[in-house]
Amino acid sequence: MASFAGARDRASSTRYKRLGRRRVYGHLGTALALGCATVAAAALLAILGYVVYQGIGAINWAFLTQLPHPVGVSGGGVGNGILGSLIIIGTATLMAIPIGLLTGIYLALFGRGAIAETLRFFSDVLSGVPSIAIGLFAYTVLVAPLKHFSAFSASFAFMMLMLPLLVRTSEQAIRSVPQSVREGALALGMSNARATLRIVLPTAMPAIVTALLLAIARVTGETAPLLFTAFGSQFWETNPSNPMAELSLQVFTYAISPYPSWQAQAWGGALLLIVAVFALSAGARFMLSRAMRGLEA
Amino acid sequence: MTAEPRFRRLARFVSPADRGFAAIVVAGSTLFALLILGLFAELALGSWPSIKAFGPAFIWKSEWDPIASKFGALPMIYGTVVTSLIAIVLAAFIGIMAATFLAEFAPRWLSTPLSFLIELLAAVPSVVYGLWGLFVLAPFVRTTIGPALQHILGWLPLFSGPIYGVGMLTGGIILALMIVPTVTAISRDVIAAIPGDLREASASLGTTKWETATRVVLPAAKVGIFGACVLALGRALGETIAVTMVIGNRPAISASLFAPGYTLASVIANEFTEATTSIYISSLIELGLILFFVSMIVNGLARLMIWSVRGSERTAV
Repeated sequence: MASFAGARDRASSTRYKRLGRRRVYGHLGTALALGCATVAAAALLAILGYVVYQGIGAINWAFLTQLPHPVGVSGGGVGNGILGSLIIIGTATLMAIPIGLLTGIYLALFGRGAIAETLRFFSDVLSGVPSIAIGLFAYTVLVAPLKHFSAFSASFAFMMLMLPLLVRTSEQAIRSVPQSVREGALALGMSNARATLRIVLPTAMPAIVTALLLAIARVTGETAPLLFTAFGSQFWETNPSNPMAELSLQVFTYAISPYPSWQAQAWGGALLLIVAVFALSAGARFMLSRAMRGLEA
Repeated sequence: MTAEPRFRRLARFVSPADRGFAAIVVAGSTLFALLILGLFAELALGSWPSIKAFGPAFIWKSEWDPIASKFGALPMIYGTVVTSLIAIVLAAFIGIMAATFLAEFAPRWLSTPLSFLIELLAAVPSVVYGLWGLFVLAPFVRTTIGPALQHILGWLPLFSGPIYGVGMLTGGIILALMIVPTVTAISRDVIAAIPGDLREASASLGTTKWETATRVVLPAAKVGIFGACVLALGRALGETIAVTMVIGNRPAISASLFAPGYTLASVIANEFTEATTSIYISSLIELGLILFFVSMIVNGLARLMIWSVRGSERTAV
């Protein structure tokens, strides 16, 4: 009996020792996990902080409104790049909205057969295609045959980048409108087309606008397809069939240039880009909260 | 879904206005389908001269000499694989750990702002990463990270040779930062979707919270987490501008991670507008075609894995 009690004591004491060790491991592990989360968040703060620190000095009225100056001439700005971004992204958005919405409506209303499933699959595939490959597509379709770079080809590439998100979200948003809403509209004698356009679509609109803002944010930060579509320009260019400056492309060109004055302007441009993208993301979050509230109501 | 009658056939749209509406909707989605087909067809068509000239050897030849019109993709494939591997190893470790912390350990007041900050990383434009990488990270690799690695692991060929700052290691680190939000956000969702019963059952056996997280929850979530990593890998493979700015842009295969290299995407970004001969342009488009196929396969796999865990409800990830 005594030996049994002794064995039990020994066993429980090792068990407690082990538990102590396991607790220590637990605390170390949790600390490691906290450390990793902190590293990721700190990386963002480091990048943001440095861009603000370097960029804020470069930003002034002239920087926002003037043309780039030649190397060696101080001053100048990215005004044409900002204008170019607005034109290129605006055109892309105007082209993406109808195609994206119509495809979303199609998938939500009729999307049951093999054709619709294939379309969904390839839409998802498209969202993973690297932007540079889409830039090549825009080049082969719109630049090579016409033999010159153009802002329109850049808009075309951006439209392709915006479509998957728009299609997917508008399908889901339309599907999530309760069937009773549609039936109510039909009961009042509306045609299917009218019920979809006047009742279902407006109900789904906050979610669609959220997706649209996110898609615009995505292309605002996109540079790769512009290299061989919009190409860049030193002038105030407004004709979409000509090469055009674009803000993120200017940041890229200035950043890899060997001139310190251009590099300083790259930081200013980077800050502008971050502000624009974050503002769009914040707008998207706001619209999303409205969309959620709309669904609850 | 069956309880919800939808318009299964276009035939339900009978009145002229409805028919017109249906026709417009179908036309819009046909255009979308044509655009996707066009993307594939144009890339294939554009690379045809190169495919005809070099055949499959294009993939394993390592010579990239525009002047002699000799093109082989191996150095770029190597650079893409190496930078993406560095990125996914770093990002998987940090991202999974961060996701575990956010989903299992962090109190709400801490997890909400930390998640927000990590997800904002995904919104930072690629060119801004490149700028930061070029002027902050690359010098830091040259003066601090590189020499430290070489001091400890210099006997490995991976960490030998001169450290320029720009190179495959710097490219990999930048990519890791860019894909950490993808790994973290999806893994966190997958972990949060694991039923609480599992945690309670594990806790009732006397495990610590850490043991529950690492031995019960993470194994249960592993397929989804793996999917998150594969999806992140897909992003890393196709990322262009940031990598182009920090990788050094040299079509060579070097054992050392400190050496400059090239990726499929960065060679297109860097050389396309300077390409003069048609075979040169075609070779670059073929690189784009390879990138297209690789990212299609990787993304398809990732989505299958994430759906299998999170349910087939397809959120835009």
